Amino acid sequence: MISQAILARLDGRGRIFLGVILAALVAVPVLNMLVPVGSPFHVPTWLVSLMGKYLCFAILALALDLVWGYCGILSLGHGAFFALGGYAIGMYLMRQIGPRGVYGNPILPDFMVFLNYKELPWFWYGFDFFPFAALMVFLAPGILAFVFGWFAFRSRVTGVYLSIITQALTYALMLAFFRNDMGFGGNNGLTDFKDILGFSVQAPGTRLALFVATLLALAASYLFARAVVTSKAGKVLVAVRDAESRTRFLGFRVERYKLFVFVASAMMAGLAGALYVPQVGIINPSEFQPGNSIEVVIWVAVGGRGTLVGAAIGAILVNLAKTTFTTGALAPYWLFALGALFVLTTLLMPKGVIGTYAAWREKRREKLALAANAAATPAE
Amino acid sequence: MHLDWKTPVQLWFRAGFQALLFALFLGILAGSPAKAGPLEDAVPLFAADSFADTAKALDLVAASGAAHAGPMLEALVDRRLFVSADKKLFFKDKAGLAFDGLSGEKLAAEPAGGAMVRINNRLRGAIDTAVGRLTLQAPDPVKRRAAAEAVYKTRAPESEEALTAALKVEKVAAIKDIQQMALAAIVATAPGKADIDRLSAIEILRDRGDRDALTPLNSIPESASADVKAAAKAAAVDINQRLALWSGVQNAWYGISLGSVLLLAAIGLAITFGVMGIINMAHGEMVMIGAYTTFLIQEVIRQKYPALFDYSLAIAIPLSFLVAGLVGIAIERLVIRHLYGRPLETLLATWGISLILQQAVRTLFGPTNREVGAPAYMSGSFKVGLIDITYGRVWIVGFALVVFFAVLALLRFTPLGLQMRAVTQNRRMAASMGIRTARVDALTFGLGSGIAGLAGVALSQIDNVSPNLGQSYIIDSFMVVVFGGVGNLWGTLVAALSLGIANKFLEPFAGAVLGKIALLVFIILFIQKRPRGLFALKGRAIEQ
Amino acid sequence: MNLTRRSLLATSALAAAAAALPMMPAVAQTGDTIKVGILHSLSGTMAISETTLKDVMLMLIEQQNAKGGLLGKKLEAVVVDPASNWPLFAEKARELITQHKVAATFGCWTSVSRKSVLPVFKELNNILFYPVQYEGEESEKNVFYTGAAPNQQAIPAVDYLMSKDGGEVKRWVLAGTDYVYPRTTNKILEAYLLAKGVKKEDIMINYTPFGHSDWQTIVADIKKFGSAGKKTGVVSTINGDANVPFYKELGNAGIKATDIPVVAFSVGEEELAGIDTKPLLGHLAAWNYFQSVKNPVNEAFIKQWKAFKKNDKAVTNDPMEAHVIGFNMWIKAVEKAKTIEADKVIDAIVGIEVPNLTGGVSKMLANHHITKPVLIGEVRADGQFDVVWQTKDLVPGDAWTDHLEGSKDLEADWVNLKCGNYNTKLKKCG
Repeated sequence: MISQAILARLDGRGRIFLGVILAALVAVPVLNMLVPVGSPFHVPTWLVSLMGKYLCFAILALALDLVWGYCGILSLGHGAFFALGGYAIGMYLMRQIGPRGVYGNPILPDFMVFLNYKELPWFWYGFDFFPFAALMVFLAPGILAFVFGWFAFRSRVTGVYLSIITQALTYALMLAFFRNDMGFGGNNGLTDFKDILGFSVQAPGTRLALFVATLLALAASYLFARAVVTSKAGKVLVAVRDAESRTRFLGFRVERYKLFVFVASAMMAGLAGALYVPQVGIINPSEFQPGNSIEVVIWVAVGGRGTLVGAAIGAILVNLAKTTFTTGALAPYWLFALGALFVLTTLLMPKGVIGTYAAWREKRREKLALAANAAATPAE
Repeated sequence: MHLDWKTPVQLWFRAGFQALLFALFLGILAGSPAKAGPLEDAVPLFAADSFADTAKALDLVAASGAAHAGPMLEALVDRRLFVSADKKLFFKDKAGLAFDGLSGEKLAAEPAGGAMVRINNRLRGAIDTAVGRLTLQAPDPVKRRAAAEAVYKTRAPESEEALTAALKVEKVAAIKDIQQMALAAIVATAPGKADIDRLSAIEILRDRGDRDALTPLNSIPESASADVKAAAKAAAVDINQRLALWSGVQNAWYGISLGSVLLLAAIGLAITFGVMGIINMAHGEMVMIGAYTTFLIQEVIRQKYPALFDYSLAIAIPLSFLVAGLVGIAIERLVIRHLYGRPLETLLATWGISLILQQAVRTLFGPTNREVGAPAYMSGSFKVGLIDITYGRVWIVGFALVVFFAVLALLRFTPLGLQMRAVTQNRRMAASMGIRTARVDALTFGLGSGIAGLAGVALSQIDNVSPNLGQSYIIDSFMVVVFGGVGNLWGTLVAALSLGIANKFLEPFAGAVLGKIALLVFIILFIQKRPRGLFALKGRAIEQ
Repeated sequence: MNLTRRSLLATSALAAAAAALPMMPAVAQTGDTIKVGILHSLSGTMAISETTLKDVMLMLIEQQNAKGGLLGKKLEAVVVDPASNWPLFAEKARELITQHKVAATFGCWTSVSRKSVLPVFKELNNILFYPVQYEGEESEKNVFYTGAAPNQQAIPAVDYLMSKDGGEVKRWVLAGTDYVYPRTTNKILEAYLLAKGVKKEDIMINYTPFGHSDWQTIVADIKKFGSAGKKTGVVSTINGDANVPFYKELGNAGIKATDIPVVAFSVGEEELAGIDTKPLLGHLAAWNYFQSVKNPVNEAFIKQWKAFKKNDKAVTNDPMEAHVIGFNMWIKAVEKAKTIEADKVIDAIVGIEVPNLTGGVSKMLANHHITKPVLIGEVRADGQFDVVWQTKDLVPGDAWTDHLEGSKDLEADWVNLKCGNYNTKLKKCG
C-alpha cells in the first residue's frame, strides 16, 4: 500500500534511483562483510567510508536542488547549514570522548582545557545526550534558515541579492567559528572522535552502519523532496520560480512557501552534515567557506538542476572525479580539469547530465518513431 | 611634510659618505693623521667575534676621529668589515677594493682569511647614533634631518655636544625643530641634569610633542626629582589627550584608505556585475592578473633597465589594464556571451574560470608570493598633526579616486559609455538602433576586467602577490557592490568608503574579526530593509 | 511494483559499476618498490607553503634511489593533493595507506591537517612525519614531529630578546593569527614572561583572522604600545599570507628593527622571497635552520636543491630541513629494523641520530620529537637571515610544556612508558 503510494509519486528516473539505493543497501554490506578480502568483489572499508562521504554530498545537493531547482532560490550558503548539522553531531562526539582526551578531563574537550576553560560553555549543555544532539542537527540549521528566510523573503530579497547575502551569511559564520573565543575549537575544529552511540567510530562495523544510515537518509530525503515537489505546494513553488510576482498576484503567500522549502532544505543539509562528520572524522570552520557552497551549486548544475536525481548524481560524479584526479602525476593539474568541467557543463550541457541524457533520448525516440512511421507507411 | 625619498639602505650609503667628508674635514682641521691608539685597541675587539666587544670597538672607532671612521662604520653596517687570518682589520668599499682598517689606505691585495665582523640590532642602533652624530651638520638637508631623527630616537647623552653645535648653525626650521626636540629628549632623560633644565626640556617636549615625545617623557631617570617626574607625567597625559582627539582622525583616515582599497577592488565588479549582470566570480583573478603583470614588469625592469625602477608602477598601470582587459574580452567571447540572460549560470562558469586561472598562475609562477617593490616615492610617511600618514596609502586613495572618476566619465561622456548603457538597459532596442551589441558586450566586460587589473597594481603594493590574491577580495567586492546598489557607481563609492570607515572605527574595540562579522550582519540586515542596496535604480530595467 | 524492464536493466548496470569500483586499487600494487606517501597541498591556500615540501621529498627519494634505494628496493613516491581541504587530508591519508600501501608518509603543514589525519594513522597503524613547527601538546605513537616544539623556538627567542644583545626588551606585544598554534604559543609565552617578572600591563596580546590584510590599526597600536618608555618587542605568530601585508605596513610606518624588533616564528626564506626586505633589515626570526648557515652539509644541500629545481634563486627553509632529517631518520630506522613494518620501524627509530643541516647531529627522542639547535636570525637586505645567536647545544623537543597548568604533569615516552600523555602525578597513562 505504502509502497504503491510512494511509487505513484515517482517517475521512471526516481524508480531507478531508489532501485540503485536498494541494491547498494544489500550489495555493499554483503560485499564488505561476507566476501573475503582477497576477492576482486570485496568492498574494502575505506571504500565504504568514501562512498558514504559522497552520499552525504548527494543529500546536500538534493537539499540545494529543492530550493534552487524548484523554487528559484539560489542559496550560496548551504554549506553553512551542512556545517551546523556537522557541528551539532561533532559536539556530541566530543562529549562522548569523556576522560579519554589527552588531558584526561572528564567533561571539557581537550581544546577547552588548553584554552583555560574552567567549565563547559552553556551552549554545550545537552550535547552528551544523543537525542538532543540529533534534534539540534535539524534545529540549528532550521532555526537559522527560518530567521534568515523570514527576514529575507518577507522583504522580497530575490535573485542575485539573495544569493549574495546567503554568501555573506556563511562567510560571517566562518569568521565567527574560526574565532577561538567562540568555544567551538577555532581552526582545529572538532576532531579525535572515539565513539558514536557506544560504538567506536573507527570500527568497520560502525563505518558500514554509518554508510547504511546515509543511504537510508538519502532515500528518505529523496522521497521527501519528491513528495514536496509533486504536491500542490510543489506546483506553487515552481510557479514562484518561474514568475514570482504573478504568483503573488494570484493570491498565494509566496514568502510562506519559500520559507517552508528553505527551512526544509536547510534541515536536509544539516542531516547531511551530521552523517558526514563521523565518517570523515573532523569538522572545522573551513566547511563554511563560501567556495564550498558554490561547489554544491556546481554539483547540482552538473547533474541537472530541477531533477533531484541529477543533483545526487552530480555530487557523486564531481567528487569521484576529485578523488581520482588528486592522486598521482595529475595532482597539480586537477583544478584545470575541475574548472573546465564547470565551464563546459554550463556551456554545453545547461541541463546537466540528466537533462542532456533525457533530451538525447527524446530525440532518439522521435527518430525511431519517424523511422517506424516511415517503415509503417507502405511505399507506393 | 617632507619627502623622504630614500630607503634606509640608501640612507646609510649617503650617511656614510657624508660622514667620510665630515671626518676628512675634521682630520684636516686637526692637522694630524689619525692617532693609532684607539683603532689599534679596536682590532682585537673586532676580532673577538662577540657583539659586546664589537660594540666597544665601534665606540672606539667613532671616537677616534680617524678620517676613515665613517666609511668603516658604513662598511660595518653593510657587512664589508673583516678581520684577516693574521688579525689585521680591513674593509672593502662597494666596488670590492680592500682598505686597511688602521690607516684607511688602499691595500694592494685583500688579506687572506678575512672573517666578516657581524652586527646585530643593538650595534645597528649604536652605529645609527654614531653616524647621526657625525652627520648632524652634513650639507644635505635630507641627511641632517635623518641624523637629527636618529639622535632624537636614541637619546644618547654623548650626542648632546654635537647637537648643540648643530643647533647653532641649522637654518632649516623643520630640522631645527627636530634638533630641539632631540636635545630636549636628551636633557630630560640623561643622568645628572639640573631640575630647571629638565623642566624646560619637558615643556618643549610637551608643547610640540607627538607619539615620539612620549618615549622620553616616559623614560625620566629614577634619580630625577619628584617635581620633574610629576611634570613629565603631566606632559605625557597632555600628549595622550591630544592623541586621543586625533585618534578619530586617524581612524577616519585608515577607514578611507581601507575603503579605497575596497573601492578599487569593487569598481570593476560594479561594471561586470552591476552593469552587465554577470555574477563574475573570476573578478578576483583579474585583480590577480593585474598584480602579476606588475610583478613581471618590475622583473624586466630590474634585470634590464634598473634606472626605470621608480617608473615601474606607472608603466604597469596601462599594461595591467590591457592584459586583464584582454583576458576579460577573451573570457567574454569564449564563454560568457553564450550565457546572457542566465545570470546564475555565469556564476558557475566564471567560478570554473577562476579555478583555472588560479591554477594557471600557480603553475606558471609557482605557488609562493612574488615580490613587488615599492618605488621610493611610495615608501615612508609624513605627519599631519599628530598622526602618521604613509605615502603608499595616499597614492592608493588618490589612484582609487582617479580610476573611479575616469570610469564615471567614460560611462557618461563617451560614445562607448553611451552604447554600454544602452545595451545593458535594452539590448534589443540598442541593437535595432545599429549598435553592435556583441562588440559592446565584449568591451564592457573587458573594461570591468581591465579595471580589476588596475586594482591589482595597487594591491601589489600592500598585499601578497600570490595565486590566492583574488580570492581574498571577491566576497568583499560583492558586498560593496550589493550594499551600494547594483548598477550604480556612486553607490559603490559610498558603500566602499562607508564600509571601510565603519570597519576601522569598529576594529579598535571589537577586534578585527568581530568588526568584520558585525559589518556582514549589518549588510545582511540592510539588504532586508532596502533589497536593492543604498542607491537603487528605479524603473523596470531591474525587474528580472 | 511495476518496475519497467529498462529501469531494472539500468539498476543492475549501476550496481555492477558500484561493485567494480573496488577493483581499481588492485592495479596500484606492484611489490618491487617501497612506496612513500607525500601528503602536501598542491592547490588551495596552503599550496603556497607546502608545494616546496613535496619537491624536497621527491628530491630526497631520487637521491636515495641513486644510492641504491632501500633494502634492495627502489623507493617510489606517491604524490596526492589534499587541496588545503582538511577532510580531504583524511581521505587522502587513508588512500595512501590502504590503496597504495605506503610504508610511511611525509606531510601536513597546519595543525588542523595533522589532527585530521591523526585518527587515520592510528587506526591503520602507519607512520607520519610532520615537518612544521607547532604548538606541542601532542605525542602520538604513529607521528614523528621533526618541526620545533614551543621550547625549541618560542622560548629561546624570548630569552634572546630579553638579553643584552637582543636589546633588553621589557614590554611585549604577542601578535598572532587566531588559531591554535599562536594561541598556545602565546599562552606559554605569557606564563613564561610573567614568571620572569614582566608585569601584566607590559604584555599586549592581539589576534587577527587568517589572511588579514589591513594592518594599519594594529601597527599603529604597536607603535602606541611601544612609546611607553620601555624597550618594546613584538613576538609574531602571524601565519602565512597575512605576513606580507603586515611587514609592508611595518616598513611603511617606519618601524625599524632598532626601534621595535619583531621576532617571527612563521617567517622564513620562502616568505621573505615575496617581500622587499630592505625596510625590514634587522627584524628577527627564530628557527632551527637558516639557509645562510655556513657548513659543508648545508652548502651541498643547497646546491642539490638548486640543481633539482633548476633555479639558481630557489631558497631553502626550516620545514625543508625537517623533512631531510625525518627522511634520513626513517631510512636509517628501516635499515636497522630490516623491514618497513610500521611497529618495528617505530621501535627502531627512537635513538637514531642523523646529521642536521646546521652542523649538529639530531636525535629522535622517546617522545617522538627530535633534538634541534635554536637559531635567531636577523633579516638581511637580500632576503636571507644573519644568524646572530644560537643555542650552544641541541635542545630536545618537549611535547608537553612545563609552563601550562594542564600539561606540566604530562610526559611522553614511547619506549618505556609506551604512552604519549603519561600523567606523572597520577602515575597513569591518559
